[in-house]
Amino acid sequence: MRRALFALAIVAVLLWSVAPALWQALTALKPDEQITKIPTVYLPNPVTFEHVTALWERKPFGRYLLNSALVSAWATLLCLVCAAPAAAVLSRAPARWRNRALLGLLWVGLFPPILLLFPLYEGVRFLGWINQPAALIIPYAALHLPLAVWVLESAFRALPREIEEAGRLDGLRALDRVRRLHAPLAAPSVATAGLLVFIFCWNEFLLALTFLTRDGAKTVTAGIASVAGSSLYEIPWGQLSAATVCATLPLAILVLVFQRRIVSGLTRGAVKG
Amino acid sequence: MSGRERARDQWYLLLPAVLLLGVAVVIPVARVILLSLSRVDLAEGATTFAGLDAYARLWGDSRWWSSWSNTLVFTGCSVAVELVAGVAFALLLHRTFRGRGWVRALVILPWALPTAVMALAWGWIFNDAFGVANDLLQRLGMIGAPVAWLGHPGTAMAALIVADIWKTTPFVTLVVLAGLQSISADVLEAARLDGLSAPQRFRRIVLPLLVPTLLVAVAFRVVQAYGSFDLIYVLTGGGPGGSTETVSLYAFQNVFRYLDFGYGSAVATQAALLLAIAAALAAALAGRKGGRA
Repeated sequence: MRRALFALAIVAVLLWSVAPALWQALTALKPDEQITKIPTVYLPNPVTFEHVTALWERKPFGRYLLNSALVSAWATLLCLVCAAPAAAVLSRAPARWRNRALLGLLWVGLFPPILLLFPLYEGVRFLGWINQPAALIIPYAALHLPLAVWVLESAFRALPREIEEAGRLDGLRALDRVRRLHAPLAAPSVATAGLLVFIFCWNEFLLALTFLTRDGAKTVTAGIASVAGSSLYEIPWGQLSAATVCATLPLAILVLVFQRRIVSGLTRGAVKG
Repeated sequence: MSGRERARDQWYLLLPAVLLLGVAVVIPVARVILLSLSRVDLAEGATTFAGLDAYARLWGDSRWWSSWSNTLVFTGCSVAVELVAGVAFALLLHRTFRGRGWVRALVILPWALPTAVMALAWGWIFNDAFGVANDLLQRLGMIGAPVAWLGHPGTAMAALIVADIWKTTPFVTLVVLAGLQSISADVLEAARLDGLSAPQRFRRIVLPLLVPTLLVAVAFRVVQAYGSFDLIYVLTGGGPGGSTETVSLYAFQNVFRYLDFGYGSAVATQAALLLAIAAALAAALAGRKGGRA
């Protein structure tokens, strides 16, 4: 009896968690007349891929996905390259300084993004970077630097001090020690930090919406939302659903494959505060 | 190696992070504060100092006041439900059962998907004519006729809150799961042998030990919900009639619809300032309580 109740609760939680995404997938695979049928048709019959193909013909959807992947990958790289040396210094700093720095970073990470939007927009326009990937890569790396430093610092602190001393005696310079000792020894945490930053960059919307105006330059969040926002009633729901599925699928796969890493990284990064 | 050399090494390692934050965070924050004290003439591209004019204007701006109450309603309702649901989910997922890894991954999924994109999915669910929310609720007999969820002030806010709960309960679940893992199994086993029932163990042992974790979860969620933009912009656009317009959205509209950089900056700066004050107060309060305990 208790076991049945528990199983029921798990199924309910699962259903709630996947239902909205699942509903998009079902809608995307339904012929038009079933999408707008009342009472609602739940399962597509027959399954059709016409919306997916229509979407890819109508919008540069592959381009959106590629832009998102490139911007997120570069931003993640920049973020880690800046965060790792800083985390290495903080992990060996006196506790008082370390805690102050980490707390300060936490503040940076929590500020409402709207506060930074207007001056960043000004700067991007001044530099002529509208529609340029750099306009997103630099702010993305900066905005997620606190998270990366938090995750990396706790991993670096757990490394034995002797290793650093040995590296120093072997004549490795400071940056080489981070690159050749810290990063490889804490590789799982580096991967976790990178994964989280990548996900957050992929999902970012506010800056992408503002800094990208040309269709070919848009990332996937900006591309989809601008499609829907401007002409919600022109775009067929089947295509819109196909778009949301295509935009979320790469991320969903990433999360499912690396779930253990994400869970451990986040709980460490979030709970320590 | 001399101490001075070591100190120089440290600065040189900190430099990239400091530069990055300086360019993309510190300078922009200084600039937005300056903008909030200025009148920006876009036609001539000139900026003149206006002092606290924009802040004085906030007080008499009824749309600003209503954006505040919308922000508070949205934040309060979302975070309250997410906290309860997050704890419940975490308690379920903390038990060992077959396939737990997969279940955890799927429960976390909503949090990892792009908010702006999933806001569209919720728009389709709450669609007045063909939305599945209407169909399900009608089948369950909870509503008699289809409701235009996004067409009325109260229901639009409710739809936003439901979507936000779906999106961010996993975050609370993750944080609470970590908290649960740090509670020693021995303590719980001892309590069980002392004859405490499961609900008693939860109330007398687990919940008190979880309090610090819950405070962290609430703090993070309040700050995120307070600044949330993506979901609201895409799902309701602040409508109908400004009834779901939050402070972030109002600041955005001021700059990009009415092209009033100064006033939009003032709205954003004021919101961030108040958040900082509230956070400092909360931290001081928590610090004092912690010191006493």
